[in-house]
Amino acid sequence: MFFLLATVAVAAALGMLIARNPVSSALWLVLNLFCIAGLYLTLNASFIGVIQILVYAGAIMVLFLFVIMLLNLSALPGLEEIEWSSVGGFAVGLALLSQLLYVVALQFELGMDPVGAEAAAEVGSAASLGEILFTRYALHLQVAGILLLAATVGAVLLAQRRFQ
Amino acid sequence: MVWTALGAFLVINAMLLSASLLVFAERRVSAFIQNRPGPNRVGPLGLLQPFADVLKFVLKEDVQPAQSNKFIHSMAPVVMVVIAMTTAALIPFAEGVVVADLNVGVIMLLALTSISVYGVTLAGWSSNSKFSLLGGLRSAAQMVSYELSMGLAVISVVLIAGSLNFMEIVEHQNSGGALLGWNAVRNPIGCLIFIVTAFAETNRAPFDLPEAEEELVAGYHTEYSGMKFGMFFLAEYVNWFIASFFIVTLFFGGYLVPFEPQLIALFPALEGSTLLALLQFGSLMLKVGFFAFLFIWVRWTFPRFKYNQLMKVGWKYLLPISLANAILIALGVVLFGAVGL
Repeated sequence: MFFLLATVAVAAALGMLIARNPVSSALWLVLNLFCIAGLYLTLNASFIGVIQILVYAGAIMVLFLFVIMLLNLSALPGLEEIEWSSVGGFAVGLALLSQLLYVVALQFELGMDPVGAEAAAEVGSAASLGEILFTRYALHLQVAGILLLAATVGAVLLAQRRFQ
Repeated sequence: MVWTALGAFLVINAMLLSASLLVFAERRVSAFIQNRPGPNRVGPLGLLQPFADVLKFVLKEDVQPAQSNKFIHSMAPVVMVVIAMTTAALIPFAEGVVVADLNVGVIMLLALTSISVYGVTLAGWSSNSKFSLLGGLRSAAQMVSYELSMGLAVISVVLIAGSLNFMEIVEHQNSGGALLGWNAVRNPIGCLIFIVTAFAETNRAPFDLPEAEEELVAGYHTEYSGMKFGMFFLAEYVNWFIASFFIVTLFFGGYLVPFEPQLIALFPALEGSTLLALLQFGSLMLKVGFFAFLFIWVRWTFPRFKYNQLMKVGWKYLLPISLANAILIALGVVLFGAVGL
């Protein structure tokens, strides 16, 4: 299940980059978000999985789509020829980096212990998430709230200036 | 696994049948409201009319507009029907009778409603017609605006029940003779807001701007014909039916039979019996029937909103009221909880 979802997610992400039409790009991204939500569900984190669909696929991407349709963007220019040698170099570099990081992680015992399915379901439930969010991470929550409020006020101000 | 599949099969077929029944009901009731007979020739009382309509849909030619995006154009109606049918899995029909008993059922419902906007928007975009595009855009704006108030109304119910599971929310209304314990009594403002937003989310009149005939021909499904139009039609009716189910589940005691605790106290043999389950199902269907009728009644009573009025109602009235209501309910839950009620 993991490999199926992961493959589709990667393929959808690639599709989003390759698609020359903004709307199909957005739709590929939606498919990608669904696969991520599926991955959360396989990890027994049903709350985060469903929230992923609700917030990202349901709200943010709908707004994206709305804006794309309003702007009526034309198709992007065609694909460029890829220089395969630089792609190869990137892949080799990435492999070396991941190997190094793996060794470092082993050395300092940074790897995490696997968690059982029941414990994961316990941690992933809405109740325990809410508890930890309002006790241990209460300050972070407030800061995020103020940031969002500032962004909202800024957006309203920017939109107002145009009409005066 | 097998039972879940069987249950899902049953629910989907029941939804399909009830959609055709609703089409018939809507045509007859609207005819009654407008003082004319309505379709009464096909079969007894005209009951076979919807089946004749379906036959007509299937036999019609499927027209693809030129320059349209073929794949998305075909996908949009499928998205609508699939999401409508998936939502049906969350309905508790009687105590313990539900296809998918999720711990996050309420959020799942909100997630599914928020995705269903894709069907309408993509249908409008892929048709390559300005009427369709305008319909799709209107629908996207409308659904995003009303989703917020709907979410807040649902949150006020979740606060009262202290659970995201539909079954537990229903069971929590089992006080005061399963009648005064209804969330509609404890949370009347949230109830009203939920009903209004349910109308908006299902694109029913007076919120049917995405398909306003006078301005947009037929809105987002102008360029659809044959069974693809039939699927939009089906999705609309199923959505409307399911919206009635969730109004009842969240605010009107769901499957609970009025005076159920007293009834069980009188006849202890009833507890957990099949008869009780049947009674609960009957009580649920009666309540749902009333709200399904309310949808028709409202459609033929109120004129359609203008677009600016729609936005004004959504953002300037419903959203602040539902926000204040959620805070009020939260305070109430804390205060009554402290007293021990």
